[in-house]
Amino acid sequence: MTAVTQSQFAANLKRYYSFYTGGFVAFVILVGILEQMGVPNKILGYIFLFATIALYAGIGFMSKTADVGEYYVAGRRVPALFNGMATGADWMSAASFIGMAGTLYLTGYDGLAFVLGWTGGYCLVAILLAPYLRKFGQFTIPDFLGARFGGHLPRLIGVIAAITCSFTYVIAQIYGVGIITSRFTGLEFQVGVFVGLAGILVCSFLGGMKAVTWTQVAQYIILIVAYMIPVVWLSVKHTGVPIPQISAYTSALPKITALEKEFNDKASPKGAKEESVRAIFRERAAAADAKLKGLEAGGPAFLAAEKQKLADKVAALKAEAAPDAKAIEAAEKSVKDFPADAAAAKKAWTAEKGVGARAAPVKAHAEAFAVGGKTPEEIEKNRGIAKKNFLALIACLMIGTAALPHILMRYYTTPSVHEARVSVFWGLFFIFLLYFTAPALAILAKYEVYSNLVGSSFSALPAWVSNWSTVDKTLMNIADINKDGIVQLAEIVLGGDLIVLATPEIAGLPYVISGLVAAGGLAAALSTADGLLLTIANAMSHDLYYKMIDPNASTVRRLAVSKGLLLVVALLAAYVTSLKPGDILFLVGAAFSLAASGFFPALVCGVFWKRANYLGAVLGMTLGLGICAYYMYLTYPFFGVNAPKWWDINPISAGTFGIPAGFLGIIIGSLISPAPNKEIQELVDHVRYPNLEGDIDTKGV
Amino acid sequence: MQLTEKHKQYWNINLKISTVLLVLWFVVTFVMGWFARELNEIIIIGPLGFYMSAQGSLIIYVAIIWYYAHYMNNLDKEYGVHEGELD
Repeated sequence: MTAVTQSQFAANLKRYYSFYTGGFVAFVILVGILEQMGVPNKILGYIFLFATIALYAGIGFMSKTADVGEYYVAGRRVPALFNGMATGADWMSAASFIGMAGTLYLTGYDGLAFVLGWTGGYCLVAILLAPYLRKFGQFTIPDFLGARFGGHLPRLIGVIAAITCSFTYVIAQIYGVGIITSRFTGLEFQVGVFVGLAGILVCSFLGGMKAVTWTQVAQYIILIVAYMIPVVWLSVKHTGVPIPQISAYTSALPKITALEKEFNDKASPKGAKEESVRAIFRERAAAADAKLKGLEAGGPAFLAAEKQKLADKVAALKAEAAPDAKAIEAAEKSVKDFPADAAAAKKAWTAEKGVGARAAPVKAHAEAFAVGGKTPEEIEKNRGIAKKNFLALIACLMIGTAALPHILMRYYTTPSVHEARVSVFWGLFFIFLLYFTAPALAILAKYEVYSNLVGSSFSALPAWVSNWSTVDKTLMNIADINKDGIVQLAEIVLGGDLIVLATPEIAGLPYVISGLVAAGGLAAALSTADGLLLTIANAMSHDLYYKMIDPNASTVRRLAVSKGLLLVVALLAAYVTSLKPGDILFLVGAAFSLAASGFFPALVCGVFWKRANYLGAVLGMTLGLGICAYYMYLTYPFFGVNAPKWWDINPISAGTFGIPAGFLGIIIGSLISPAPNKEIQELVDHVRYPNLEGDIDTKGV
Repeated sequence: MQLTEKHKQYWNINLKISTVLLVLWFVVTFVMGWFARELNEIIIIGPLGFYMSAQGSLIIYVAIIWYYAHYMNNLDKEYGVHEGELD
């Protein structure tokens, strides 16, 4: 190592990042002053966007490197604390930062599967993988598979698995980047995607893992500050206590539970009003259902007759002694908007029938596995299914966490096995700060909506409600359905992302904090995308090109190939994202299930079972990936097969079948072929002990 | 490279502590998840099943990892398999 010792290096880092944090706080205060001086919000949004990207670019530029060890594993000298922060930023994506609290708001207990799955997985990382991978200490996860099981095939399957799951996941991240940039600067979504892409590339292009590590630490600091400030403020506002993780449960949750009961009790004043709105939705759904049935029986003739009825109504209104202009206008509009053909009618009426769902009673926030059903037996059966899926999803997310290559790769960068173990602790601790705040934020936001928004007058809506309902109807849609001038809960449709985005306004904070939250969301999305893109590019350049195609390539050439591929993959990912492919949550779920089924059995058996060999790994990985992908293909609506589910497990938890299949494959394959040779047995001993006398050396450089 | 009895003992202790911690991990995740409705009847801070899944289990996860890192570091030293000075 160079003249600077590791402890001096760590001390320097602490000093740099303390200065950095102070500088960032000063920057936020400065922007706050600009706001007070009357600078428009849009400009403030631009300042946040470009200042933070410029900052990341600066760190990326200062970390430029031409050394292979620095490019792939940050020189293996990242102290545990900083590797923990980088892991946190690498891990927490746009979905965690912006979406998590909203998901919990909308689904209550059942959404906690994500909170548990995305934190508990680190126990598996810490105990089963991180220390051993660090001792092995090469560059990528396929490296380990290649060395442990021998031959090119395990490495190649590893490369394919790494690319598939990371690419699926990176699309979701770039999508998040596009949304945030477009929302806070008014740029087009597609333009936002490419601006964000520039932000991603400046971090990783020149310095690889080294640059990504140091920008991720910077990004973590921004994202955690941005998340905590508004929530703590909101907690003080509602409960007088600055610890939301306690106050939300002791003071807000009981009030929410009482309000939920009142909303569902038709005899209470609030319940009666809710019921009047729900009755309207039920009627509308029933009317739509009747029309759909009529359409099926009568076809085009029914459609014509329905249209005639509306036309007759217009005529009747016009013929009245004192014609009501407004009513006529409304009736004429309904004739004009009448579906042109049977297909359009079916679509419109099916959508209308869907409003029936808004007539359902309020679900209790803390209730686990709340399900509907006509008979007690049916409820019991549905509850069993909900419970099974809840636990299956947790298992897939946890095991997927312990198998995603962009996270596991981080443990190659610490200076020692001991530091790797400690850095998993710091990593989960930093992730935990956000994840255990999100459920509390969901409760505080719900309390605000239930107690302050519901019951307020439509003529005097809170400012954040009217702002967001004009900006984006998918986030906030509110209409006076029963025309009583008062807001009822059933009249509000709220998009999950709104919770985090609107928290500063709900808490009555100035716009500068909203800008800060946007910068935090951007940091979360950029940092995750960085880690993923680097994983993909490294799998191709290191494993495919250097290890399998041209093992004699020079360092300069290897880095050039790696950087070129990074650029190509980034552009490809941005292009795919700009086409706006389907459901983000499903993409994320698919990435976890695929990683869990493909990698986890092979990695864990590689360390803990000496007998595991080449054939076992090949069979296990193929079988795991195959079964997982096959089940998604069968059951996910996008593919159009819609086969019956196995044991009622949802397609997002396809890993439930892939993971056991992977283990089964590796056990059978290993037992029917000879045990691995002595060298590989020694390799296993090598990774199991942090330090051995006369040890072999597996480090790449 | 020949493993001594002491090395084998180290590995067995590692397997034991790993198993104990993973059982704890399994209980707070899956067993408590399975009985969430029943646990919700008990009120500590909030309904217990809900509070555990939202906060309590997370705290236990962090504690498990901290304890493992701490325990293994001492074990490394005790069995003489710890890494030397880094610089």
